[in-house]
Amino acid sequence: MEFLSYLISGISLGSVYAIIALGYTMVYGIAKMLNFAHGDVIMVGGYISFCAMSYLELPGWLSVVLAMAVCTVLGVVIEGLAYKPLRQATSLAVLITAIGVSYFLQNAAQLIWGASPKGYTPLVPALNAKGEPNALQLFDGQLSIPYLSLLIMAVCIIVMVALTFFTGQTKLGKAMRACSEDKGAAQLMGINVNRTISVTFAIGSALAAVAGVLLCSFTTSLMPTTGSMPGIKAFTAAVFGGIGSIPGAFLGGILLGIIESLAKAYISTQLANAILFAVLIIVLLVRPSGLLGKYVPEKV
Amino acid sequence: MKKLIGRIKGLKKTTKVDFATYLGVILAFVLFTVLRDRGLLNRSITGMLVPICAYIVMAVSLNLTVGILGELSLGHAGFMSVGAFSGVIAAQSLQAAVPSAPVRLAIAILVGALFAAVAGTIVGVPVLRLQGDYLAIVTLAFGEIIKELINCLLVGCDSRGLHIAFNITGNLTINDIGMEPGGMAIIKGAQGATGTTTIASFTAGFILIMLTLVIVLNLVRSRAGRAIMALRDNRIAAESVGINITKYKLMAFITSAALAGGAGALYGLNYSNLSASKFSFDTSILVLVYVVLGGLGRMWGSIIAAAVLYILPEALREFADYRMLVYAIVLILVMLATNNDQLKALAGRIIPKRKGVSSNG
Amino acid sequence: MAEKKVFEKGKMVPVPSVSIIPERDLGKSPILECSHLGIDFGGLTAVNEFNITVGRTEIAGLIGPNGAGKTTVFNLLTKVYQPTRGTILLDGLDTHGKTPAQINRMGIARTFQNIRLFNNLSVEDNVKIGLHNQEKYSMVSGILRLPKYWRQEKAAHERALELLSIFDMQHMANYQAGSLPYGAQRRLEIVRALATNPSLLLLDEPAAGMNPSETAELMENIVKIRDMFQIAIMLIEHDMSLVMGICEGICVLNFGQIIAKGTAEEIQSNPTVIEAYLGKQQ
Repeated sequence: MEFLSYLISGISLGSVYAIIALGYTMVYGIAKMLNFAHGDVIMVGGYISFCAMSYLELPGWLSVVLAMAVCTVLGVVIEGLAYKPLRQATSLAVLITAIGVSYFLQNAAQLIWGASPKGYTPLVPALNAKGEPNALQLFDGQLSIPYLSLLIMAVCIIVMVALTFFTGQTKLGKAMRACSEDKGAAQLMGINVNRTISVTFAIGSALAAVAGVLLCSFTTSLMPTTGSMPGIKAFTAAVFGGIGSIPGAFLGGILLGIIESLAKAYISTQLANAILFAVLIIVLLVRPSGLLGKYVPEKV
Repeated sequence: MKKLIGRIKGLKKTTKVDFATYLGVILAFVLFTVLRDRGLLNRSITGMLVPICAYIVMAVSLNLTVGILGELSLGHAGFMSVGAFSGVIAAQSLQAAVPSAPVRLAIAILVGALFAAVAGTIVGVPVLRLQGDYLAIVTLAFGEIIKELINCLLVGCDSRGLHIAFNITGNLTINDIGMEPGGMAIIKGAQGATGTTTIASFTAGFILIMLTLVIVLNLVRSRAGRAIMALRDNRIAAESVGINITKYKLMAFITSAALAGGAGALYGLNYSNLSASKFSFDTSILVLVYVVLGGLGRMWGSIIAAAVLYILPEALREFADYRMLVYAIVLILVMLATNNDQLKALAGRIIPKRKGVSSNG
Repeated sequence: MAEKKVFEKGKMVPVPSVSIIPERDLGKSPILECSHLGIDFGGLTAVNEFNITVGRTEIAGLIGPNGAGKTTVFNLLTKVYQPTRGTILLDGLDTHGKTPAQINRMGIARTFQNIRLFNNLSVEDNVKIGLHNQEKYSMVSGILRLPKYWRQEKAAHERALELLSIFDMQHMANYQAGSLPYGAQRRLEIVRALATNPSLLLLDEPAAGMNPSETAELMENIVKIRDMFQIAIMLIEHDMSLVMGICEGICVLNFGQIIAKGTAEEIQSNPTVIEAYLGKQQ
């Protein structure tokens, strides 16, 4: 039972990683860039939702919508100002620019909201009005699954299904896949590549806002560097699953969450991240393109 | 004199660039030493001299991996960390045996380089068959692993020698490693190295930079360096002319790691307290920024970028709270200005374009 | 020629003899012998039953329609792909399990259909990289610039200019390889391959993108290289004037199978070849 509860907590943490990783993977797939600022968009989403709830006293769900709206705009603006002028530049140049954007967001957040952590009220409080744990009790109370975990998992599955449908069935989704295969050819087929990339950033950033709210609900605190470590882990999750692949990001995120949770519980809290990254290295050595990634050899 | 000028003109362009690099470093060293001795440098700049040297070595060594070998490494601070802590352990435990501080520092830097080279081999052998972003992510993971491992490390030294314990559960303290009462604690887990005798000096930093330059520049201009650049430019063609890919990838990667280890030892012995969190992912990224802004494969560029960007936040002090924000904006603007074709064309109209072959180095 | 026995995966198999070896090479053992060579990609057989023998100083041509598997044969010979079946003997030595780099050191050098130069390096450095395995000084001698370094670098420099002079390119030594015009890039690739001191040179469409006069010059140079270095050259080419002009033995490939082998006249009058190129006559 203990194991099951660790597993569930791992899956829900992994679901948050998965949502972040989806943003990473979509942007990588289409723009072939590692958007290091993605983690900081998460943090901005968290702060927007925090402000909406604490200062404007809006209900939780509305704060999520507001955070998504702000982050979408932010994502598109970042893409337009910082990344679009570098479309023809080397991937390293874009990477460094993304790092610059990440510094910018972190320091701007620090100026606006201060460096000290803010307490974040979770979307689903840990305790209900009667002071009992807000959780689903199973097996006579031996296994308790917080409603928050259930919410996170549900959101993750909805996002995953919606994205799969979007990229597979809609016209815009097909345009995205075309751009990720070959931008030049896509352009010749009448696809507006720049607009498609902007839309990808918009979707990725909206997802980052959702992830930010869920992440802050999970950790109940918020500071300017909140997004960094989950961002890095989600990026590893995306690579773990095979970067550019949507099911890969989902699988990678969940697995990473489970490994982290179990390592913390059974091996060492201190070394949880080390174990996580060691597993990643081993997986990449066995499958050099990640779990679901395709290996494309260079044609001679 | 005319003959000398004629000879200099007759040299290859790469040779001239190399000599100018050495000369620039020497001049800068003399200038800063004189300024410091005359008391013309403020305290914060004086305090930055050794770390600047360490970061210059970091940038040049990372440029070997990223610019010459062409592989993105996001864990260079990991090697610096290995070098720093092994160097600190060496220097601290040899205090009695080697009384001379400069000799001890040299030994510490060698030990740091050696341990970092071992770490580089351990990471490099399995990992270098990965490519591109996958290699990058593994180096990132390695850096994080090193950080957490060192956070668990307890090291002390007494008359019987070194005592090392590994604090996996988080329950041990420095008192649990079986030292004699008079023993000296060197590394205290998450607190890092404490009570280190600071023996690093600007002169040592200068010598390390010069050594690094000799190693990297001469390597690049040799048979091995050409092989490394060949596999950067075209792996398949390099194989087709009989170049052993794994050997040269490893050679570049391990050399780069060893130099980072040396830089780490210098850096570590400049502070009496040093925790492993100093060598996080952010540090790796910082060095990568130096390399990219200085120009891939251009060693003098790395030196200037490391020095300028290390001082920049200090120079931006008048912006107070806004300085890191300004730093970020400067970084983005520089990247846009140097990499956007339209902006480059604009700059090209103002500054006449250089002619001839672009050189590496 | 009589059938010869070679060792292949534990059993003796006969090598079918090919009579395209020029007379002057007949007394010597061949440089290349392929028997039953084949490769499958997934379920698709890209090359099958590829049997060929190339003489010591022969210029051999490999022709065929697009997609016939010509470049795949080169990739098999240089072990860019590991063959699914068959053996390749280079100068009598089995090349089984060797890497592309080892194959080069055994004596096969090649050029590529889509030019693969070291674009950011100078022309001279490109050639010097070809000389890599003939220079012997270690990494440490290089860093410390020991006398060995200076001696061998000087020799390499001279040798590189000498090799470049085959194509009259010595004045381009300091140019950046990637900035050379197309034809010069093709020639530089040949020089780089020659620098590795091969006994068999594989040229993948050396005349692609060249105008007729450049092609004529290239033909002369290929023969010149063979005469100078006394090596075998095998080339893939679509320009029939070049193939028919200088190749002593020609092998025609279609759908991964050899459909004809012989001299230029024999190939030109072969009905199967005409059919492969022009389609069946009504």
